[in-house]
Amino acid sequence: MSEQPKKPARKKVELDPRFASYRHVWVFIENERGQVHSVSWELLGEGRKLADRLGVELCGVVMAAPGERGREICREAFHYGADKCYLVQADVLRDYRNEPYTKALTDLVNAYQPEILMLGASTLGRDLAGSVATTLATGLTADCTELAIEEGGRNLAATRPTFGGSLLCTIMTQRHRPQMATVRPRVMSMPEPDPVRSGEIVEVPFSMFESDIVTKVLDFIADDTRDKPNLPFADIIVAGGRGLKKPENFQLVWDLAKVLGAEVGASRPVVQAGWVDLDRQVGQSGKTVRPKLYIAAGISGAIQHRVGMDGADVIIAINSDPNAPIFDFAHFGIVGNAMTILPALTEAFRAQLAQSRKAG
Amino acid sequence: MHSVVCIKQVPDSAQIRVHPVTNTIMRQGVPAIINPYDLFALEEALRLKDRLGGTVTVVTMGPPMAEAALRKCLSYGADDAILVSDRAFAGSDTLATSYALAATIRQIMARQPVDLIFTGKQTIDGDTAQVGPGIAKRLDYQLLTYVSRIVEVDLARKEIVVERRAEGGVQLLKTATPCLITLLEGINEMRFGDLEDLFRAARYDLQVWNREAAGIDEVEMIGLKGSPTVVSKVFAPRPRAQRAQIIETQDSEPRNLAATLLAKVFTQHPKLEKEIAKRAI
Repeated sequence: MSEQPKKPARKKVELDPRFASYRHVWVFIENERGQVHSVSWELLGEGRKLADRLGVELCGVVMAAPGERGREICREAFHYGADKCYLVQADVLRDYRNEPYTKALTDLVNAYQPEILMLGASTLGRDLAGSVATTLATGLTADCTELAIEEGGRNLAATRPTFGGSLLCTIMTQRHRPQMATVRPRVMSMPEPDPVRSGEIVEVPFSMFESDIVTKVLDFIADDTRDKPNLPFADIIVAGGRGLKKPENFQLVWDLAKVLGAEVGASRPVVQAGWVDLDRQVGQSGKTVRPKLYIAAGISGAIQHRVGMDGADVIIAINSDPNAPIFDFAHFGIVGNAMTILPALTEAFRAQLAQSRKAG
Repeated sequence: MHSVVCIKQVPDSAQIRVHPVTNTIMRQGVPAIINPYDLFALEEALRLKDRLGGTVTVVTMGPPMAEAALRKCLSYGADDAILVSDRAFAGSDTLATSYALAATIRQIMARQPVDLIFTGKQTIDGDTAQVGPGIAKRLDYQLLTYVSRIVEVDLARKEIVVERRAEGGVQLLKTATPCLITLLEGINEMRFGDLEDLFRAARYDLQVWNREAAGIDEVEMIGLKGSPTVVSKVFAPRPRAQRAQIIETQDSEPRNLAATLLAKVFTQHPKLEKEIAKRAI
């Protein structure tokens, strides 16, 4: 992906004939220590649409150490929409390391020649995608928010925020294959698994040995997740922004969140100002969320924030500026001072909940 | 001990505004800064220098104005700075950029061996996180991304031990130097440069390398030609078909506004009311 948007291409660039036979859509299934990252299933949902549009197969790529439930993961991938899975099992794939994973994925691409290869924009996916794209000398578009096939052609039109999230741009890889893209977790919706669906597992041998690999894993310290907020999977989020004026006023966001049993989120400016922890930041440079309800207080709704919460089912916005962009995509809005509206909202929810509990 | 730190000068994205009518970026008056993530890389390199001695070279590819970013790095304590600048680089995407920077680093290594290469985890304008991995691959060096701590550097054995942020935990990794490290944000705090460095930065004879000086013969590997990705469209997002339903009351009392809002939301989304009632304490 270019770091500065260039002038739109004027003439259509033809595909290099070396890649004419590249077909099918691939999703790298991110398996770390036997756990599949949910972004992989989200990508299969999106990949299904692209494959159907192109009239090709959707394939998963699963890498695992022997005994790490590789075949089981493949079967799960079929439930989420894959037609076929390439399964690479080797001892050197036990922990994620750049070198063996890059080699395994690059070898697979060269052998089976997909036209599109998608990975999750996780720490693993971004590490791997950059190395694989460089090795293959092909185009890679990071953090896409929308994927489509161009009108009248087979090119992938990958849309992502640019300029720090001020605008969106659509990027294409016209001459090279595969067209690579990463997508952040929760940007695409989770497909409904179909337990009856099945597919073909293609086991591919991989001859790399521990002695071939320079980097060694000495230890893995699992995160203590007990007190960590989990915004991407929260059902209700109350978020605050610069419109709250002072860090003390952010307490009003916490108060409402407590009544609703919600997680607390924040926009980038207030995180940068140190009012709230980084792991609560919602947006392009923070978390992407898909709650059932998102309440935004004092958040203007710049693109960089919008791309992180656009997928919420219901968005309620409170902002004193009637022209704030957030009112363009929120479902409900109150034009007013968040410092007085938030406490009123907290009270209203409290009263409403007491009533419905009595009734229920 | 010789470290090379790759940085980028970027527009301060917090201050970028989009013209409401033409949907174009209003560049005027937007200050250019050092990509904030790169400062963690520079500070970490300076700390290693404090501990183990040696030098730190800062490199950037960019327009002539990027010199200001390099001088800033010198004022923090970097020893040398090289600006790689040539019209031939214009339009480079991440693949072409990593090619140019890898070539530059090879030229640096020809003069003085390099032990470690540092980059930030990503830039704030492109946000791709691809150039660091690209450079490592092109130099055939080991890649350590999202490093949160450098535990140990053994110069004699050419080994380094780091902690790397992975999904769901932290990996403790040992690898061989030279290698490329991308640093996680927030792991250190940039020092204040001293007065001596400030003067040195101002007087420093900064080298500007063009394509040839960077050792690049193949022009088709850089610029637009060397970039597989093409931007086909830049645009502002569409508003939803309908703007938000704005809740209004005659008195504009917060209490009444809140009550009216709740009634509307729950009438239109009855499931949501049940959802909240179920979860809230």
